[in-house]
Amino acid sequence: MGPLLEIRDLHVEYKTHDGTVYAVNGVDLSLGRGETLGLVGETGAGKTTTALSILRLLPDRIGQIRSGKILLDGADITAMSEPQMREIRGNRVSMIFQDPMTSLNPILPVGRQIEEALLLHTQLSKEDRAKRVDEMLTAVGLQASRKDEYPHQFSGGMKQRIVIAIALACNPELLLADEPTTALDVTIQAQVLQMMNELKKQFDTSMLLITHDLGVVAQTCDKVAIMYGGHIVESGTVQDIYEAREHHPYTTGLFRSIPEMNRDSDRLAPIPGLMPDPMLRQEGCSFHDRCPHCMERCRREKPDSRAVSPTHSIACFRHERKDR
Amino acid sequence: MDVRDQPLLQTKGLTKYFRTSRGLLHAVDHVDLEIQAKKTLGVVGESGCGKSTLGRTILRLIEPTEGSVLYGGEDIAGCSAARMREMRRKMQIIFQDPYASLDPRKTVKELIADPLKVYKTPKSRRDELVGQMMETVGLAERFAQAYPHELDGGRRQRIGIARALVLQPEFIVCDEPVSALDVSIQAQILNLLMDLQESHGLTYLFITHDLSVVRHISDEIMVMYLGVVVERAPSKELFASPMHPYTKELIRAIPIPDLNPEHRLVNSLRGEVSDPIEPPASCRFAPRCNYCTEACLSSQPALQDMGNGHFVACALHGA
Repeated sequence: MGPLLEIRDLHVEYKTHDGTVYAVNGVDLSLGRGETLGLVGETGAGKTTTALSILRLLPDRIGQIRSGKILLDGADITAMSEPQMREIRGNRVSMIFQDPMTSLNPILPVGRQIEEALLLHTQLSKEDRAKRVDEMLTAVGLQASRKDEYPHQFSGGMKQRIVIAIALACNPELLLADEPTTALDVTIQAQVLQMMNELKKQFDTSMLLITHDLGVVAQTCDKVAIMYGGHIVESGTVQDIYEAREHHPYTTGLFRSIPEMNRDSDRLAPIPGLMPDPMLRQEGCSFHDRCPHCMERCRREKPDSRAVSPTHSIACFRHERKDR
Repeated sequence: MDVRDQPLLQTKGLTKYFRTSRGLLHAVDHVDLEIQAKKTLGVVGESGCGKSTLGRTILRLIEPTEGSVLYGGEDIAGCSAARMREMRRKMQIIFQDPYASLDPRKTVKELIADPLKVYKTPKSRRDELVGQMMETVGLAERFAQAYPHELDGGRRQRIGIARALVLQPEFIVCDEPVSALDVSIQAQILNLLMDLQESHGLTYLFITHDLSVVRHISDEIMVMYLGVVVERAPSKELFASPMHPYTKELIRAIPIPDLNPEHRLVNSLRGEVSDPIEPPASCRFAPRCNYCTEACLSSQPALQDMGNGHFVACALHGA
């Protein structure tokens, strides 16, 4: 059996008034059944665009998948019709967004919002749906008796639990979680992350977790892909990313930028400069003008992703000549 | 008293209650703090703990309900508007969201010159100071005529810092100044704030929800929960031996970026923050505390001195 999700050389653009934004420039990803893949990067790296492409939810007429394939269980999503996509969204693949306040309908009781997914994608009877709603609320740690309450009656952490209940109601094969705990306080984040880890096992769901927080990744993921300027610059297992010696210079910079809890240092070592402008098509490596190891070649050519071990790949010329 | 021991800023019983339709909201409840000149006091806590209200009440951007704020020994909580205006030259604030706190119709140069205009600095001198300030905070001269929307978050926050700094203040309230920024940019701004503290001899009240940031920048840290200070200690001491059950849980809840099995998240804190409106007489943390006893339900414990500059408000560590 092949991977559940495979993305091959994905290119996504946004056509705006000011010109074309090259958001995703050749992304390759693969996610096996039951795995959790952390997609890590900073604002504008193309993480959310990648996730929206998987559900074909890019903004109408503006966002466009330019080329590449997105295979869900072998079937190419980019070639599917809108009715086919509706069968997939919320059913086989669902998504959790960062801000739980804007992803819930303020004028519908939360129970109804969970039921909506069941109504669309299952043949369950009214009684069975009601039972499932109760089950889902209990599964995310809320009282089933609160199903007739409205979103504003819940705290931020509870709202995110409801969003998770909706996403998991139809038992999806793949869950796309876009910064699911970023808007939450740290003690609530710990609760929600732990719950997600348990539910993932219970529902046997694979997850693509989008985050900028390397701490969250270490606590939840099996595999990691580091994204920069619309490319995957490094990917591997969590061990490869957190414990191996070789890294992409951007990954190294990212780790050095975090103030560490268990080490005292006087000054942080930030990455100089800024992310390249996604409106300009760049020659060479997307990281070259911030890279401390930039060579002449990096300005001209784009490095391909090379395997430094069977599980670990780095897109950098410094890691190219490895005879293995 | 030795001059050296005189804190630059001190609050005594500083309190802010907001009137709401359901009763009084206890945002800041009898907070005592002191900051020595050229030091950083970090204030950490989760949403709704009153940390931002505390910062604003100290600057009298919000009028305190009771208590005093002593700046260099002078009580500014009760001083006249004219005197306050003079004091504000020395006391500035950097806000969290550099976009919401900057007028979108002004250029970078105008934004930084604003505080100087308020204090009637002559125009010729203004240009010079703005130029200097842009250089100090690392904004290239070519951005002088740019508008905030043309700049990224890091540069916008540099404008916020320049505005706070241009009057040459002594004391700055930093209210979540890096929370809206990406990590690589966050590190740049934290370094800038630390460099400026050294070169300009600044004193910071640094408000944040991020414990790793606060640990990095603070000399001393104060942990708040529902309007009260539950623990205060020198930075290293607080992380090495936290005493209050809330502080312990807060530290444990941070996802650490490594694979050490000892750093796995463990189910830490049950429940959520309770209602700040007309809170019961009990310890504010009692409903979520794993060590709650009868004694905790009768009153909110006061801060006890545990030695080494470590203070904790918890019945477990009662005198």
